[in-house]
Amino acid sequence: MSTNKDYKWVGTSPIRPDGADKVTGKAAFGADKNLPGMLHGKILRSPYGHAKIKSIDTSAAESAPGVLAVMTSKDLPDLASEMGEAGESAVDFRDLSQNILAAGKVLYHGHAVAAVAATSPKLAKQALKLIKVEYEELPVVLEIEDAMADDAPILHENQFTPGGSQDKPSNIAGKMKLPRGDIEKGFAEADVIVEREFTTPTVHQGYIEPHAVTASMSASGHADVWCCTQGAFVVRAMTAKVLNMDVGKVKVTPSEIGGGFGAKTTVYLEPIAVKLSEMSGRPVKMVMDREEVLRATGPTSASVIKIKLGATNDGKLVAAEGTLKYGAGAYKGSPMGPGCMCVFASYEIPNFVVRGFDVVLNKPKVAAYRAPGAPMAAFAMESVMNEMAGKLDLDPIDFRLENAVKEGSVAAYGPKFPAIGFVETLKAAKEHPHYSAPLGKNQGRGVGTGFWFNIGMQSSATLNVNESGSVTLITGSADIGGSRASMALFAAEELGIDYDLITPLVSNTEEAGYCDVTGGSRTTFATGMAVVKASKNLVANMKKRAAKTWGVEVDEVLWQDGQAVPPFSSGKNPMSMAEIAASAAKTGGPLTASASLTAQGAGAGFGVHICDVEVDPETGKTDVIRYTAIQDAGKAIHPAYVEGQYQGGAAQGIGWALNEEYVYNDKGVLQNFGFLDYRMPVANDLPMIDTVIVEVPNPAHPYGVRGVGETPIVPPLAAVAEAVNNAAGVRITDLPISPPRLLAEIDAK
Amino acid sequence: MESVQYHAPQSLEEAVPLLKQARQTPSRILAGGTDLLIQMRAGVKSPEMLIDIKKIPETTGFEIGADEIRLGAAVPSAVMDESPELHQQLPGVVEGMELIGSTQVQGRATPGGNLCNASPAGDGAPAMIASSGQCVVFGPNGVRTIPVEEVCTAPGRTSLADDEFIQEFRFPTPKAGQADAYLRFIPRNEMDIAVVGVAANITVDAGGICTAAKVTLGAVGPTVVIATEVAELLVGTKLDDATLEKAAEIASGLGSPISDKRGTAEFRHRIAGVLTRRVIKIAATRAGERL
Amino acid sequence: MSKAHVTTTINGDVVEYLCEPDQSMLEVLRDNLELTGTKEGCATGDCGACSVSLDGRLVCSCLVLGVEAEGKQIETIEGIADGSELHPIQQKFLENAALQCGICTPGFIVATKALLAKNPDPTEEEARYFLAGNLCRCTGYDKIIRAVLDAAAEMRGAAS
Repeated sequence: MSTNKDYKWVGTSPIRPDGADKVTGKAAFGADKNLPGMLHGKILRSPYGHAKIKSIDTSAAESAPGVLAVMTSKDLPDLASEMGEAGESAVDFRDLSQNILAAGKVLYHGHAVAAVAATSPKLAKQALKLIKVEYEELPVVLEIEDAMADDAPILHENQFTPGGSQDKPSNIAGKMKLPRGDIEKGFAEADVIVEREFTTPTVHQGYIEPHAVTASMSASGHADVWCCTQGAFVVRAMTAKVLNMDVGKVKVTPSEIGGGFGAKTTVYLEPIAVKLSEMSGRPVKMVMDREEVLRATGPTSASVIKIKLGATNDGKLVAAEGTLKYGAGAYKGSPMGPGCMCVFASYEIPNFVVRGFDVVLNKPKVAAYRAPGAPMAAFAMESVMNEMAGKLDLDPIDFRLENAVKEGSVAAYGPKFPAIGFVETLKAAKEHPHYSAPLGKNQGRGVGTGFWFNIGMQSSATLNVNESGSVTLITGSADIGGSRASMALFAAEELGIDYDLITPLVSNTEEAGYCDVTGGSRTTFATGMAVVKASKNLVANMKKRAAKTWGVEVDEVLWQDGQAVPPFSSGKNPMSMAEIAASAAKTGGPLTASASLTAQGAGAGFGVHICDVEVDPETGKTDVIRYTAIQDAGKAIHPAYVEGQYQGGAAQGIGWALNEEYVYNDKGVLQNFGFLDYRMPVANDLPMIDTVIVEVPNPAHPYGVRGVGETPIVPPLAAVAEAVNNAAGVRITDLPISPPRLLAEIDAK
Repeated sequence: MESVQYHAPQSLEEAVPLLKQARQTPSRILAGGTDLLIQMRAGVKSPEMLIDIKKIPETTGFEIGADEIRLGAAVPSAVMDESPELHQQLPGVVEGMELIGSTQVQGRATPGGNLCNASPAGDGAPAMIASSGQCVVFGPNGVRTIPVEEVCTAPGRTSLADDEFIQEFRFPTPKAGQADAYLRFIPRNEMDIAVVGVAANITVDAGGICTAAKVTLGAVGPTVVIATEVAELLVGTKLDDATLEKAAEIASGLGSPISDKRGTAEFRHRIAGVLTRRVIKIAATRAGERL
Repeated sequence: MSKAHVTTTINGDVVEYLCEPDQSMLEVLRDNLELTGTKEGCATGDCGACSVSLDGRLVCSCLVLGVEAEGKQIETIEGIADGSELHPIQQKFLENAALQCGICTPGFIVATKALLAKNPDPTEEEARYFLAGNLCRCTGYDKIIRAVLDAAAEMRGAAS
């Protein structure tokens, strides 16, 4: 397989092509786009967690100074319920529209109700105060099990549980069941059974850049949209749908993006900005503040997960049962499905059943967050695996090795695994010096593992050869963490020219070929595949040009080190890419090559994390003191950025485990709506995060690539919890392990 | 809301007419602005006039005398932290200030602002009170001096009149065998608001006997709690473990903490005890080193 | 009341501007002066993305009023490089892959410059403590801290 090949560029970590602009402040992010004559849009948001909108009077706002447009949901077309693609998951466009501007009801505190465009942000804010909304407050439901109860306040009168009563509306929007074998027989065979229930809180992706858009509607009916997004094409599709426009009339130019982690694969502001621009005839800029981001953009689901696991005394898993309840927020569509598919995916278990529930609540609609649905499932399953290993007196890694999926195993969610690297990753963890390092007083160690499918989807790439032989590489895949560098490395390797000769661009929806979102850990895999394919097309073309120049057959020409090499018999000298480019006009015109594909065979990713903590038994405070992330990358194209994905995912998972949570009051009002009290890890909360890149090539990719971005957030929750268990002598089942909660656990033991 | 007027008087005299105007015009004193600017942006406070006191020389310096330490109300906490002399004399007061926010926030945050923001969880006040700080309050009619503990009357409220501001703080210069300390508990290692903060000012004699003590608790009530019972317990003891255990127990019962996004009332009570024990130890060690 | 007229020095240039008295320095930099390298992540002083140096003191520009800059010296991310030559801190951030999305990077670089001016040889712990007000959600800080320590070593080497 390709991984052992001697590559010149692939597998090196050069400086990213967009780096200089990012360290000098020149790079333009979402809020950095300004246009002449631009207005500023602001949104009026619901002060209630759940209420009927009885009336909205915008007349005073419309006549306020500096105001050029005011809109409500009445200004959006009434869409029928229709499912469509939303990044890596599905969305009901009707829900999407009503989440953008509430129609009839507000479903969470912060739900958008109206929008204003004015000549300054200040005037727009002042005008919001003049909009009179009459509400009828309704009871809120914030907890999953409360929302599932028969007498729960109902969010949607037209929502019925599939397979359930079609007369009585329900907050249970979806159900799933994945069975295998006979669990009764399986549990009967078990020598040891562990059963526990786990909860995880609502947490936010926490990207530092708030959502921002500038939109300009032309009198010709063409909309120009600049925004920070993980997928310009998905913004185009959603904006067009919500405004009932043809996608061809919407041009989306992605800015640099200041973090997304899945959450910038949907739209909140874009259709509003376009509509306000249409209404006012002026460009409109809208930038959320941090409070809006936390109150009204998608966090990820809170969960309640029950796991029952049976094993024999010799450490073989024989049966498992999982019940996964995920909160979707105000509209259906939690990542319950992937959670159910992931929960047992890492192990060979002959008998299991998984049941999932998608539950709506009076919280913002969730959005994708790095391996959506998997971290909470893994927290539950891996915690039970750790407890089971203890009961069986087995080393936790040995216990996992005994049951780990490998090539040929049938995954819990259906397909048979091709070559995967879980066993190799577990072994690398066991051999890592961290795993056997001594621990001090009040310190403990835990391991957790994680699985994520990774996805393929659609990508395109275009290479334009300049007359000097340098290359412009165009894709439509947002670069959220260094992917331009990886794309350039693929092209440099394939073309045999220097990395520095390639200028990789992320272009807009009218100039780049279609690319799905940068999400699902797909960009290096799938867009990289398109780059490789386009590069191969280009090489074929350049060989043709050289053959023509030399008067030889094209199949006699070789491509080596960026040169066309003629057959020895021709007596000609090799032609460099620069020479071929310089003579392109005479050999058939400009040299360009493109490739588009739907990438198949995204290789599953497995990670194993080792975490050491120290607990202050008097205060319940936990410090992470050592951390190692080990993961199969298939092939690391730019190893430094692969490490960065492992480290960043680990840090987010540590935050999820220890301190991050949405705190609501009983009226459904979020109490911690800033970075002060939504406590993400700061620099001195974390140690260095060691990494080990395991490389078990993905057979479906020309360089063996597997997605690496999402898996790293899956293992930390259980790894941290187990480390705390071992340090403090407790058994954590509820996150976050905040000091008050841990101190209560310590007291209770 | 119309635009705000901004004034930066260069002297106390120049401030007088502005303070007189402040009797009629809703105004705020601007020191570091690290709380005020956020409150203005959130619409919590909407002053029509800002009086920036940072250009008034009396507010921006500090001076360590044999009997008294003078600390300008608008000295940024980063400046306090950079002074070895202040660290030497009032380590607890400095600790309180240099725990506020990030390095960036410390570049602006001031003791006067921290106190007048009157947050129950403010980090500055407990040690300033434990170290017997006095406030020199300036107004159109001159100055008056009040103890720091008389400034905050309730969350967000102070005893200062609309036409007054704190010009400077004065602390008795610690004697031999006297030192202060401040500890707070936060869930992260930086950036958070105190869940509980405890300050102690301890005096010991050559025999290790505590001869004077003042202990104060922040974030367990609407204003700083002065733990007189704890201080009384400490005086006359060698601050042995049993005494400190008892002090912790008493401190755990003080105040009327609330349950909120930062911690439960029960947790705050517990932590108040733990921090009381720890902070007395630190202050006592420092005091011993100053004999 | 009308706008205030302010004369200040930004990255060595004498700059005059008009601003509302309640406009933050961050808003003035970004909206009035189009110096958009300074970023807004929170506008409450909790993320450090808007870090600038004000008379040599590291501050969050969201917590400073534009009018307060009168007569002061401000340095922003746009003033860190020497013309087209990157500052060693910028270079080390690139070499260490210390940025993923890059939105926190300007703030980190401005803050790192302040750290190294004060402490040319910080320990890992000192660097982490000093930079705790700069949030990064992508990197887990590992590569950032390495870049900071690497830049410190390089700058000490150049200075000796």
